[in-house]
Amino acid sequence: MRLTLHIWRQKNGGDAGGFVSYPRQDVSPDMSFLEMLDVLNEELTEAGDEPVAFDHDCREGICGACGVMINGVAHGPEPGTATCQLHMRKFKDGDEIRVEPFRSRAFPILKDLVVDRSPLDEIIQAGGFISVNTGSAPEANLMPVPRRDAERAMDAAECIGCGACVAQCPNGAGQLFTAAKISHLAELPQGQPERASRASAMVEVMESYFGSCSNFAECEAVCPKGISIDFIAQMNREYLRSRFK
Amino acid sequence: MSSILSLYRSAIGKKAVMAVSGFLLVGFVLGHMAGNFKIFLGEEKFNHYAEWLREIGSPALPHGGALWIARIVLLGAVLLHIHSAWSLTRASRKARPERYRRKLSARQATYASRTMRWGGVIIVLFVFFHLAHFTWGWSWAHPDFDPGNAYRNVVEGFRVPWVVAFYIVAQLALGLHLYHGFWSALQSLGWDHRAIDSWRRPAAATIAVALTLGNTALAISVLTGWVG
Repeated sequence: MRLTLHIWRQKNGGDAGGFVSYPRQDVSPDMSFLEMLDVLNEELTEAGDEPVAFDHDCREGICGACGVMINGVAHGPEPGTATCQLHMRKFKDGDEIRVEPFRSRAFPILKDLVVDRSPLDEIIQAGGFISVNTGSAPEANLMPVPRRDAERAMDAAECIGCGACVAQCPNGAGQLFTAAKISHLAELPQGQPERASRASAMVEVMESYFGSCSNFAECEAVCPKGISIDFIAQMNREYLRSRFK
Repeated sequence: MSSILSLYRSAIGKKAVMAVSGFLLVGFVLGHMAGNFKIFLGEEKFNHYAEWLREIGSPALPHGGALWIARIVLLGAVLLHIHSAWSLTRASRKARPERYRRKLSARQATYASRTMRWGGVIIVLFVFFHLAHFTWGWSWAHPDFDPGNAYRNVVEGFRVPWVVAFYIVAQLALGLHLYHGFWSALQSLGWDHRAIDSWRRPAAATIAVALTLGNTALAISVLTGWVG
């Protein structure tokens, strides 16, 4: 395949940055998007140029490290897929591909396509956990969980924290991520003691960094794990309830 | 009280206030339309209804008392609705100071959801004109206004084609606003229980279509001479 990449290059946070075009020949349709960038980087390195910096880790869609904007869509055109699992066969020969970093006030650009997503960690630190005595492991079925609750908690727990929801949201909101984390624990018996304080604390940190929700549902459309905006409704409920406790 | 005030400081709280004030305003426009359908019953019935609105609560309330209470509550709802929208929009703009160079491609956001803010502006302008037209009777909006005869005001007001055209545009804007707004308000309040989940979208669509068609039908009936 022949492609033209226009990749955002930026030396560091202070640099203005801009697109640089890289015409590509012989791109294998079986490569993942990141492998395609790897090949480009090898060539850049051999030519003595700076390789394109991008985040990646597991490359099997479960770690949440990768993520770039591909032609105006977080993680690119294939729904339900992280950038690492997007394959070049999803593009057509001769395509022009514009690659930009996730943009948000909360995600400052470190270099090229790499952004600092630590505000998502701060939201977790504010309440995305349960406080328990870490003695010996309890018996497996000591705490029965209705199947429906377990399924819903699992659906929310699928969130890999990649930040695509923030990147795609016209408001730059971090609602889908926070909602998934709050709902996940609110569905399970272990999450009950800190349910209200968790919702309140996590929302407070979220709102200090991100925009607000207009229920566009763009986040749901690009989420590599297909997290439903139903969880945003649940977060709203959990938060409003916590305010009247 | 203090919990309500602190709630309004948060964005989710503002959305809740926007939702509740929105429901109040939806209730009003539905009632307003239902009442206005009395125009089809003729001059006497319609003017009697207009007079009755001023007599609600009589003799406990003075003449027009209930009407003024309703106006104050509605004005409060409108101001809260607009203020919450305004401040949330500003906060969201600040959340992405550096724009994308390649515009975001909308994946599934509806046209209605993407036009909420400007649609709201159209509705505000329309409400202002509507009041000048039928309540204040300002001469540029309604040259033949007679404060004592609501029926004649409506009939003569809707004989002007550009006025009816503007009303239709505004009703379309209102319909779009409510199609997203009604559903979105349920979402903002966290009312997504399975029992109501399947009718949230259809209910929003029904309300939006009913209001747009109902109000438009009224104005067109007068314009075409079917009423009056």
